[in-house]
Amino acid sequence: MKQDIILAGVGGQGILSIATVIGSAALEYGLHLKQAEVHGMSQRGGDVQSNLRLSSEPIHSDLIPRGAADLIISLEPMEALRYVPYLAPDGWVITNTVPFVNIPDYPPMESVMAALNQLPHLIAIDVDAIAKEVGSPRSANMVLLGATAFLDFLGPEILRDGIRRIFGRKGEAVVEANIQAFDAGFRFAKTNSERV
Amino acid sequence: MADKQLLLGDEAVALGALHAGLSGVYAYPGTPSTEITEYIQGHPLARERRVHDRWTTNEKTAMEGALGMSYAGKRALVCMKHVGMNVCADPLMGSAMTGANGGLVVTACDDPSMHSSQNEQDSRFWGTFGMMPVFEPSNQQEAYEMTRAAFDYSEQRTIPVIMRLTTRMAHSRAVVTPADDIRPQNELHYPTHPRRWVTLPVNARVRNRELIKDYARFEEDAAVSPFNQLSDGPDHQLGIIACGIAYNYLMENYPDGCPYPVLKVSQYPFPRRLALQLAKMVPTILVLEEGQPLVENMLRGVFPVGTKILGRIDETVVRDGELSPDEVRKALGLPALPTLEASQVLAPRPPALCQGCGHRDFYTALNNVLKIDYPSARVFSDIGCYTLGYMAPFQAIHTCVEMGASFTMAQGAAYAGTWPAVGVLGDSTFTHSGMTGLLDAVNSNADVVLCISDNLTTAMTGGQDSAGTGRIEAICAGLGVDPAHIRTIVPLPKNYPDMEQVIREEIEYHGVSVIVCRRECIQTARRHAKQK
Repeated sequence: MKQDIILAGVGGQGILSIATVIGSAALEYGLHLKQAEVHGMSQRGGDVQSNLRLSSEPIHSDLIPRGAADLIISLEPMEALRYVPYLAPDGWVITNTVPFVNIPDYPPMESVMAALNQLPHLIAIDVDAIAKEVGSPRSANMVLLGATAFLDFLGPEILRDGIRRIFGRKGEAVVEANIQAFDAGFRFAKTNSERV
Repeated sequence: MADKQLLLGDEAVALGALHAGLSGVYAYPGTPSTEITEYIQGHPLARERRVHDRWTTNEKTAMEGALGMSYAGKRALVCMKHVGMNVCADPLMGSAMTGANGGLVVTACDDPSMHSSQNEQDSRFWGTFGMMPVFEPSNQQEAYEMTRAAFDYSEQRTIPVIMRLTTRMAHSRAVVTPADDIRPQNELHYPTHPRRWVTLPVNARVRNRELIKDYARFEEDAAVSPFNQLSDGPDHQLGIIACGIAYNYLMENYPDGCPYPVLKVSQYPFPRRLALQLAKMVPTILVLEEGQPLVENMLRGVFPVGTKILGRIDETVVRDGELSPDEVRKALGLPALPTLEASQVLAPRPPALCQGCGHRDFYTALNNVLKIDYPSARVFSDIGCYTLGYMAPFQAIHTCVEMGASFTMAQGAAYAGTWPAVGVLGDSTFTHSGMTGLLDAVNSNADVVLCISDNLTTAMTGGQDSAGTGRIEAICAGLGVDPAHIRTIVPLPKNYPDMEQVIREEIEYHGVSVIVCRRECIQTARRHAKQK
């Protein structure tokens, strides 16, 4: 088994919270793991990405080669497009649809969505709306994580355990809110992926 | 076996140092090195053992503090980003002459591709330059083990060891299995070669000859080091020398094993003996190294006539920037993997000052004054978040070179005829390297306006303590700035008229003015609010 994941977003959106849960789950599951992060100047509102590699075999490179990524998880729709050259032809893009506009020349949303819709395997999801719907407005990132679970690179229950481990020290209510959000994302993706 | 841990390369170095019996970490924050010190600061073993872990004012004071600890027989770690090595070059080069007593490891984190830096200098050159061994781990487990080995080696050969990491090694996480034993700290004990520590010419000449001999021995050590391995392969058309993490990118391209003989190098001086063995096996050698072509350059002239060398110099490997599996793939002549086409609908998203940041309000007020009333003004800036004042919509600065250059370059330009000459730096950069420049300004009564945009922290690297917090005006007065021309303003939109008035008045004063522009960093302010 190998799963090469690019996590994308804008500095400050918290892509590492998703990476931390997947990482914890993968580690518990006995997989090898490498996770390259971005620190420093680029975190200041610029584009950020993290390369997360999981495998049952030892992993050499900290960076994912172009054309090898199985999955792009993006908290921002245009940022998902930035890493498409890294995606394997049969790879998935799972992205939030709400744009983060902090630059003057952000392209029109219609063109961004059109470009996304051309991708062979896409799940586009308004994570903020869904998080609010299930009463977990602060857990939007976990909605996005939930939406990846139907790909089954780690079973949903293994990922839920990851959430419990990471958020456990913040109390049962926080864990529950994040699980709710995760499950809502999971349901959304299951329904919508069947149409792809 | 101890518990497995998921650690950044930086954290693996930190844990390795703690387990090696560390007594002090000496560091100034700098990407990608900051997390080494932060990990030690947060580790219970560091508290239990009373490890010195307070941030230093700059890399030079860090290196000197650590050298003092080594003199007293204890193990010390110095950490910095690559350009910090320039700041501490004087004590670093001196430390090769004194040698180490307690284990002394100097960790330099290089930033090829300049993710968060002003150049991509390769810290391995300090090893060649200063005649010191260099360790360059290729993965996180090795980072842990090599840090421990580096302390032992430093004591065994009485020499500081340079540990070189690059961004990808420093900021990537992987599982590390620590060793079972945690070594005790050293007891206080003094050097057995006391003359080395007084580098008067009479002693230094003797020591220099010793060091030259030692350096040859370090190379022989590297040739038999377990961290350097020559392995054969079935195809002898090509041989590969892979240094540090370049080894990973090589192996990534050969999941079933590399078909060519490979010399993996993680310990320097570069073991020429092993390279010659490789040259006897193959006609052509490809050198893969992160950073500048140090090994490649060295090999030209070492090999028998006829051995062809490929690398960055002939651009078989990309000449600048960080290596990647893709760049190495290209160098190996392998076809690119199939992928999807790049999207045309993309805008660049460069880093920017945070919304609500005080630097924004400072630059707005400064621009309001300079762009209209003083179009001949030049603004000399410095290294920190406020360098982002270069970007739109501010476009407020004309230079950024290295820590402290703002205050001194402003003086040089002022003397050459620039008016107004404005210097801008942050509080942490001021104490790092700006204070001495301010003293120069006072002594020559330069016609400059020097601004300290004080956000009460070292913000760019994530909010570490700043050395002069609460004492900025006192330091300026102590250095001799006329207190009437040390002005403090609070950068907020409602204060623009007052701020602009102060800036105008100090431009019109033909002497040394300091404007302290103070409001807490928005990021640390948020963190503090949450803690309450």
